[in-house]
Amino acid sequence: MSTQQGAERLELLQGTLDLLILRTLIFGSQHGQGIARAIQQTSDEELLVEHGALYPALQRLEERGWISAKWGISTNNRKARFYALTSAGRKQLVKETTKWNRLRAAIGRVLEAEEG
Amino acid sequence: MFRFNRKASDFGAEIEAHIELETARLQEQGLSYDNARTAARRAFGNVTHAQEHFYESGHWLWWDHFWQDIRYGLRMLRKSPGFTTIAVLTIALGIGATTAIFSVVDATLLHPLPYPQSEQLVTVEDDLPGVGAQDVGMSVPEWQDLQRSGIFDYVSPIGGGDVNLTGASQPERIRFLNVAPNYFAVLGVKPQLGNSFNPEDHTPGFTLEVLISDGLWKRAFAADPRILGKSLRLDNDLYRVVGVMPAGYHDPGRTAEERSIEIWAASGFAADPAPPPLRNSRFLQTAIARIKPGLTIAAAQSRVDGLVAALQKQFPVDYPLQSAWKVRLVPLKETVVGNVRQSLILLLGAVGLVMLIGCVNIANLLLARASARGREMAIRQALGAARKRLMSQLLTESLLLSLAGGIVGLSILYGTKTLLLQIVPESLPQLNEVSINWSVLLFALAASLVAGAIFGLAPALHAGRLELIPMLKQEGRGSTGSGEQARTCRVLVITEFALSLVLMIAAGLLLRSFWDLLSVRPGFNPQSVMVVRTWLPVPNDPATDAYGTAAQEARLLREILRRGRMLPGVEEVAIGDVAAVPLGHGWRDLNPYPLMLEGREAQSGETPLANRSTVTPEYFHLLGMSLLRGRLFNESDNDKAPQSAVINEAMARKYWPDGDALAKRFKRPADSSWTTVIGVIADARTESLAEAAVPEIYLSAYQRRPKDLAIFVRGRLDAAAIPVDLREQVQSVDPGLPVFGAQMLDDAVSASLSSRRFSMEMVGLFALTALLLTGLGIYGVISYIVSERTHEIGIRLALGAQRRNILRMVLRQGLGLAIAGAAVGLVCALIVSRLMAGVLYGVRPVDPLTFVGVAVLLIGVALLACYIPARRAIRVDPLVALRYE
Repeated sequence: MSTQQGAERLELLQGTLDLLILRTLIFGSQHGQGIARAIQQTSDEELLVEHGALYPALQRLEERGWISAKWGISTNNRKARFYALTSAGRKQLVKETTKWNRLRAAIGRVLEAEEG
Repeated sequence: MFRFNRKASDFGAEIEAHIELETARLQEQGLSYDNARTAARRAFGNVTHAQEHFYESGHWLWWDHFWQDIRYGLRMLRKSPGFTTIAVLTIALGIGATTAIFSVVDATLLHPLPYPQSEQLVTVEDDLPGVGAQDVGMSVPEWQDLQRSGIFDYVSPIGGGDVNLTGASQPERIRFLNVAPNYFAVLGVKPQLGNSFNPEDHTPGFTLEVLISDGLWKRAFAADPRILGKSLRLDNDLYRVVGVMPAGYHDPGRTAEERSIEIWAASGFAADPAPPPLRNSRFLQTAIARIKPGLTIAAAQSRVDGLVAALQKQFPVDYPLQSAWKVRLVPLKETVVGNVRQSLILLLGAVGLVMLIGCVNIANLLLARASARGREMAIRQALGAARKRLMSQLLTESLLLSLAGGIVGLSILYGTKTLLLQIVPESLPQLNEVSINWSVLLFALAASLVAGAIFGLAPALHAGRLELIPMLKQEGRGSTGSGEQARTCRVLVITEFALSLVLMIAAGLLLRSFWDLLSVRPGFNPQSVMVVRTWLPVPNDPATDAYGTAAQEARLLREILRRGRMLPGVEEVAIGDVAAVPLGHGWRDLNPYPLMLEGREAQSGETPLANRSTVTPEYFHLLGMSLLRGRLFNESDNDKAPQSAVINEAMARKYWPDGDALAKRFKRPADSSWTTVIGVIADARTESLAEAAVPEIYLSAYQRRPKDLAIFVRGRLDAAAIPVDLREQVQSVDPGLPVFGAQMLDDAVSASLSSRRFSMEMVGLFALTALLLTGLGIYGVISYIVSERTHEIGIRLALGAQRRNILRMVLRQGLGLAIAGAAVGLVCALIVSRLMAGVLYGVRPVDPLTFVGVAVLLIGVALLACYIPARRAIRVDPLVALRYE
């Protein structure tokens, strides 16, 4: 089962979950389970998203005003809480993405230098 | 922000929805429902953890804690109803009393005067500091200069007086105010009916228009809606009513008299009956003014200073440099309430002290409880409660107590407010009605919170410093409390003791002063004497004055005396002026009379001064004043005879210390003829019971034409019938004379002590409260100590200790606290009583009897308070005590 092979997957770095959620929502509003699925799928099942940790994160983002939420009906006709990116969230996404890219590049350089 | 106030149930529903969605997805992959659901749950991880995480990040946490604390606090308070009742009642007492005094302070000191933009209102006072004279009054040209200066919107001189009103249902003596036509424009008030004077009216003399008060309109004119345009006579002069002032309107004034004006007459002060408007004739008593908007009082003052300097240069003869003429602008409010501020603040201080004692008391009780609950606190801490939470919970309990106390106190205050308002002396400048309004409620709330914080802090801090391990080790026994805590308790009780000792000594000194005054021999006999007043009109036109000469007036006085003697029960009758009524007069009626003594005219130094009253010959016998030398007046001391005077012993001793005062002569500087002293009488305390020897001069009513008359009657009087009978008799002689102000003389004597009585009663009440609270406080601490030591006492008894010794041991502990407190308190009281020297009579500020008496009383109360717990201690059954937990 894909979900049972979690042990082999990568654990998320501290603080990156927010970035991934924001990024996922850029394609349109989505409910929590959908966000979890999307992250897993787009990372080619490499990233492990603990579903339980997802919701406090969503709550936090909502409180900061980066995403908004309302109850709706999912594609398979179930009640779910849908999240959408706000304009503040869009700006935050740009900022976080830039930061992440710089961080990744910097860590990459350090690691390469060690190798070389 | 409420979009974040998401409910936990909503969060739970979302998690449930997630698991449903995941289950559905896994079912699509071919799993059975049960397997899919289990897998979805596993993938989700710890649901409870997620929910807790949500809860703790939420904004409900604080609220939940708070609510929890309140519920817990209420439960704890319900569990010990005795403690709760005592604490709530103590605070109720403190808050109730403090709020009551505050409501008076609020109405008099804190509220602005009830006129629009009242901060722009000032009184204008002229001083001549060069010759040591203050508030000397103003001349008409000075008033006109101020009016034209551009500093003020309006300036209006005011001069009060009494006037005979005729033309209404009854001739009456009423308070009237002589003002400029712009007076009501200064105050910014409008009549309820008709118009006020035209502020731009510049008629030089009286305008012949008057406004009347709502009270007079209802009383004398039966609220006649067509009153406007009607005529009435004031001292025989004819005026027309142009307006009626609204109900509840009061003039700014220091005394009840000044505030309850009933007729306003406008004048330009520059024609009859006023003297010619000369610059150095300062006959305008005082003036009030409205400063132009945008100008502060300080700015206006500096511009007035400039004007004064210019006038001094322009009129050097009228303003000699050595008199150093100054014009001072005093905020109107300061003029009105300035002289009561100190006593009110003093009273607020005294009541605050009582409240502080109450707080200390409750702090003690709470501290005792806190240590009894030490194990509870320790266990809760051991189970993971944060110290901050424990402290906030204890504080919440204290605040609950104080709020409950505040509510009870306010309810009591509200229920008894009509009663309390009667205690407030009439002399208080209550332009704003004393009431329980929002600011008073706010004060009560703040006082409750502060009180709660004060007495809640000690136990809360104590809980914050709790040592866990030793506390838990004490096998189920109530903790004996740390040494530090016991010390805090003792210090609190000693403080309490000292504070209440100070209050009680203050009360004791006031009580002794009052007692001495009551038992003083006044030198006259006020028993079965009634005084009734009348007033002879002084019209502006001398031709209409029926009592213009001494002979004319003497005829009237003799007729009133003759008719008075025939009334039932009357044995003696005399007539004097208002100044002759012992103790009954305010400062306005006293006119210390500057004198020149024959043979010493040129003498420099202090001008001889004496009070002066005018009386008929019967006066001295009626009041039981005894002649020492010479003779009293007789019927022949009339306008044909030389002016004569009777003086008192104090006057004779002061101004003719060597040799006999008899046949000596004196006069007022302006008089043309001399007055001869014909007799000396014994001193009587007619000015004030507190003053033994004030120089007094008595003049003959048949020589001096007094206008403000007081008719004295003595006998077995029917107090209800005499005023009516006398009015009938006086008005059958002259129907235009008002008869008013009937009063038994012994009532006047006790009324003269009313303000002393008020402060004595208030401070006494506070002191009693303090005594009660201190008694409760020491009782609480000693019973706590006893209950803590039950185990120990049990052991002692089991080992054969005498019960007497145990009793002595407990009492000694209470006594030690009491003596320490008394020592500290006596030192403080020495300082406070020195500050009180001005209000004391007959006792020295360091009165040994009061000091020792109060200290003994307080220690006695302390011993009594200790005795109850001490008896409980010796009744301890050793068997029970040893098992006691």
